[in-house]
Amino acid sequence: MKELIKELERKSVQIRKNILESIGINKKGHVGGSMSSADIVTALYFYKMKHNPAAPDCPDRDRLIFSKGHSVLAQYAALAEAGYFPREELKKTKTLGSILQGHPEIRTPGIEANTGSLGQGLSIGLGMALAARLDGLKYRVYVILGDGELAEGQIWEAVTAASNFKADNLIAIVDHNKVQATGPIDRHELGNIKARFEATGWETIEIDGHNMEEIVSALDAADEVNGRPTVIIAHTIKGKGVSFAENKAAYHNNGLTEEEYRQAVEELEKLHIEVEGR
Amino acid sequence: MNRADQRKAYGEELLSLARENENIVALDADLSASTMSCFLEAEYPERFFEMGIAEQNMVSTAAGLALCGKIPFVNSFAVFLTGRAYDQIRQGIALPGLNVKLVGSSSGLSDFGDGGTHQSIEDISIMRSLPNMTIIAPLDAVETRMAVREMVKYNGPVYLRLSRSELPVLTTEEYPFEIGKVRKITDGEDVTIFANGIMVSKALEAHSELKKRGISARIINVSTIKPLDVEMVRKYSADVRAVVTAEEHSIIGGLGSAVCEALSTEAVKIKRIGINDCFGQSADNYEELLEYYGLTVSEIVRSVEEII
Repeated sequence: MKELIKELERKSVQIRKNILESIGINKKGHVGGSMSSADIVTALYFYKMKHNPAAPDCPDRDRLIFSKGHSVLAQYAALAEAGYFPREELKKTKTLGSILQGHPEIRTPGIEANTGSLGQGLSIGLGMALAARLDGLKYRVYVILGDGELAEGQIWEAVTAASNFKADNLIAIVDHNKVQATGPIDRHELGNIKARFEATGWETIEIDGHNMEEIVSALDAADEVNGRPTVIIAHTIKGKGVSFAENKAAYHNNGLTEEEYRQAVEELEKLHIEVEGR
Repeated sequence: MNRADQRKAYGEELLSLARENENIVALDADLSASTMSCFLEAEYPERFFEMGIAEQNMVSTAAGLALCGKIPFVNSFAVFLTGRAYDQIRQGIALPGLNVKLVGSSSGLSDFGDGGTHQSIEDISIMRSLPNMTIIAPLDAVETRMAVREMVKYNGPVYLRLSRSELPVLTTEEYPFEIGKVRKITDGEDVTIFANGIMVSKALEAHSELKKRGISARIINVSTIKPLDVEMVRKYSADVRAVVTAEEHSIIGGLGSAVCEALSTEAVKIKRIGINDCFGQSADNYEELLEYYGLTVSEIVRSVEEII
């Protein structure tokens, strides 16, 4: 277990480096939400999910949907790392003709749905979960939601429906970084998120979304839930890993100057050394 | 004239196709007894998803089903499906070009009693602006059955527009239906009338009336509004003195607009008959509303005489 965790932590540093690479210098990029979800994405692609980059359309693969589509850089980072497309594509993110669009599109190998207009990914994931049942397949569908995104009414339509359909192959993960585009999410009070899911019949698990051990255990625990969907509420830090961007709405979607970029890379190098020393 | 219900024809055909193709599934938002998706539900409950009164979730769920190889038929009233769930259709279905079939029931003014909230005057306009979207508005129950069959063969998003009213049956199973092709109902030399839905039957009545007045009208059924059969629309407009369009929809963005766009480079006079940029309202019956908004035989006759 210890070795696994260390390996995943090592991987998550690489994922963060990949995110930086796709953001580049002096270009706009969703630093904050990509970094906050990086550890979760790492655990999904390199521990939990059954998937095969050589056969991305395999019918019984597990699926990951970034409902908070703007944070797809974290998914691109993992897909490149897993070998879905060459790493060189990361540098072309958001350029004309690139397979890596500003928000997820199925033209990208490994991307499962078009998302980005917030609030829709959980419903799409529900459709996939229902299809699994019809086809007698055992795959699971993971959907990463933003906490700010929970203001979208459609999320709660999907929450109710998933519970009605007893979709225990659907796992939502809330990247609860507490900051949305223009400031803290309490600018629009959401109430008790956990209680809202529980009231609708969901299994809820609350974790530190940067603690790899907790992420891994939560994902394993979700496998054991029967007859109802699971939500993992992951407390995270927006911009995690890049000190000057942490907890700052300003880095929700911001460019990095050359100076900032260098600093971010240095910090991740330090983190890498620290992980190796653990 | 024999009349038949498009909704019933749709529901029966969907069930019949579902028996042959296990990938066909249906979703509804508490309107299955009206949209007639209830036929599929009764025989294949596991392939029918009651999504509650939550159209946005329904449409995105259909996207997920399509991404896993299912052929989802999404049912609601036209006004809610295209309006309430517009963004879900745009982002999740049209943009990736998913194989989802959207069935807008009780379209146009056909839900006469329920008033402006329930009458869709702009659904075609909204759907027509979406890249990748195919739009079919069949003229009767028989063409509806053929359209549903072709929709299943076609891989991509389709919006099917159905009436709540029993419409005159003008076609037979031998009538050739092909997505993207217009069909000639009558030939004529003076004017070409492009129509769809219930307005084809109105145009046909107008044809007799015009004949009495010495005017020969060619009537073309344009059940596929998108992609429009531009080549044939131009051909049928080239040898007449004028063109008239007739639709149970706003004159903005529907069939009339599509025909005008196709003929924008041609020297031809065009008159559009449709709902004149206003909302609907409640009435005792369907015909009363059609009359009120000028969707009538006499309006077609008047328009033809005026323009030629």
